[in-house]
Amino acid sequence: MIQVKDISKSFESNDVLKNITIDFHPGKVNFIIGRSGSGKSVLTKCIVGLMEVNKGEILFDGRNFTAMDRWDRRGIRQEMGMLFQGSALFDSMTVEENVMFPLKMYSNMTKQEMQARVDFCLERVNLSGKNKLFPSEISGGMQKRTGIARAISMNPKYLFCDEPNSGLDPETAIVIDNLIKEITYEFNITTVVVSHDMNSVIEIGDFINFIYKGEMCWQGDRSQILRSDNDILNNFVFPSEFMKEIKDVLRRER
Amino acid sequence: MTNIYRHIGRYTLMLVNVFTRPEKRKLYRKLIIDEIDKIGIQSLGIVALLALFMGAVVTLQTAANIDSGWIPKWTIGFTTRQTMILEFSSTIVCLILSGKVGSNIASEIGTMRITEQIDAMDIIGVNSASYLVLPKIIASIIIFPFLVIIAMACGITAGALIGTSTGVISLTDYEYGLTYSFEPFQVSYTLIKSVVFAFIITSVSSYHGYYTKGGALEVGQSSTRAVVYSIILIMISNYILTQLLLL
Repeated sequence: MIQVKDISKSFESNDVLKNITIDFHPGKVNFIIGRSGSGKSVLTKCIVGLMEVNKGEILFDGRNFTAMDRWDRRGIRQEMGMLFQGSALFDSMTVEENVMFPLKMYSNMTKQEMQARVDFCLERVNLSGKNKLFPSEISGGMQKRTGIARAISMNPKYLFCDEPNSGLDPETAIVIDNLIKEITYEFNITTVVVSHDMNSVIEIGDFINFIYKGEMCWQGDRSQILRSDNDILNNFVFPSEFMKEIKDVLRRER
Repeated sequence: MTNIYRHIGRYTLMLVNVFTRPEKRKLYRKLIIDEIDKIGIQSLGIVALLALFMGAVVTLQTAANIDSGWIPKWTIGFTTRQTMILEFSSTIVCLILSGKVGSNIASEIGTMRITEQIDAMDIIGVNSASYLVLPKIIASIIIFPFLVIIAMACGITAGALIGTSTGVISLTDYEYGLTYSFEPFQVSYTLIKSVVFAFIITSVSSYHGYYTKGGALEVGQSSTRAVVYSIILIMISNYILTQLLLL
């Protein structure tokens, strides 16, 4: 479990995060949603340690990440996987080399064991046979799947996905969503997804955290989001009349 | 002024990270060999070409300026040697390499920064500064002195070929000029300079790439800044090293 306790982050006089407290549950897909500029990405960067918080604590299974120095954090970082918005694949490396990179850096596996692990991860994301292609030679959806394969190569306990569906067509987006869900349940990973794709939220979100202007505005599960009376949340999740009608239909169905 | 201190502080912090214990030494060996190829071997052509023409031009210019009978012909060989060894092969070649290699390093690392590839390394727990910058620094420190030696050889050889083929100097005079009052330390001096310049070019360019923020435009700006700052620092250190080592 990842526990975010009362964290705040500001850039000079701009308070981006204000007293955020969230629990991210293991084996579940936990969403962070919010409008552009609401602080979602900053929150994620604080959790993974790419940014330092001004106040508060972040605990990974009880281990206080914020109190650790860079070297101690490395242990926890090796338990993390992250899928970036733009995939962030190393473009000088092939698909296979990208997935193998964390293994080469940290595992004591033999070459054969690493190859077997890479083949397993690529097969898991339906990319078998694409080993020798470079990121520039594959589609956006395949790049995302390679990113997922790289993220799970070290068998992580925590998976972070930053806008996993951005730039993808709706059909490919569903493939990526389902992959994230399956991997989370299969390997009992604590998954944190940052998104404003409401289709994903409704489809695979087990727990949803809505941030508004740097503050925690609403927390709940998938079914609760449909019944919520929070106007700010409803305006965000169901912005148009058409979406509001869909909400009513979904409410009646569930 | 505050900006300069900020740059110095961040540059120092980056270097501290670069020189902390590498993750896996075996991996670095391959990276260093790759960088030697990218930084050194792929610059061999341009360095040799420039040195050949510079040696030829220095020979011809010196010959054209010696119209007094009091100045012996062998001065042409002497001048070509001194120019090639003392300044051209180290300072001028490194200034050219700061444009070629420096901009390449800054744009490569800068692109990795803006496409979150460096963040991806940091999240895995890799010391990205060390992984990306250290092999480049080591590779350039290894290969730059070789490029400088090749530049010296090419320039002096081209001077001999052009001087004798155009009839401005005989090979005997040229050879006498080459060996006249030769101090081997001058070669060491130029090699020391090339090592310092190699460090400046790769570390300054890496610094500008590593702290790039924004998009493609900013990568271009980082690349330009890398070249400009490298050139300025090369010129300053050239003066300091000359003062320290030659006088």
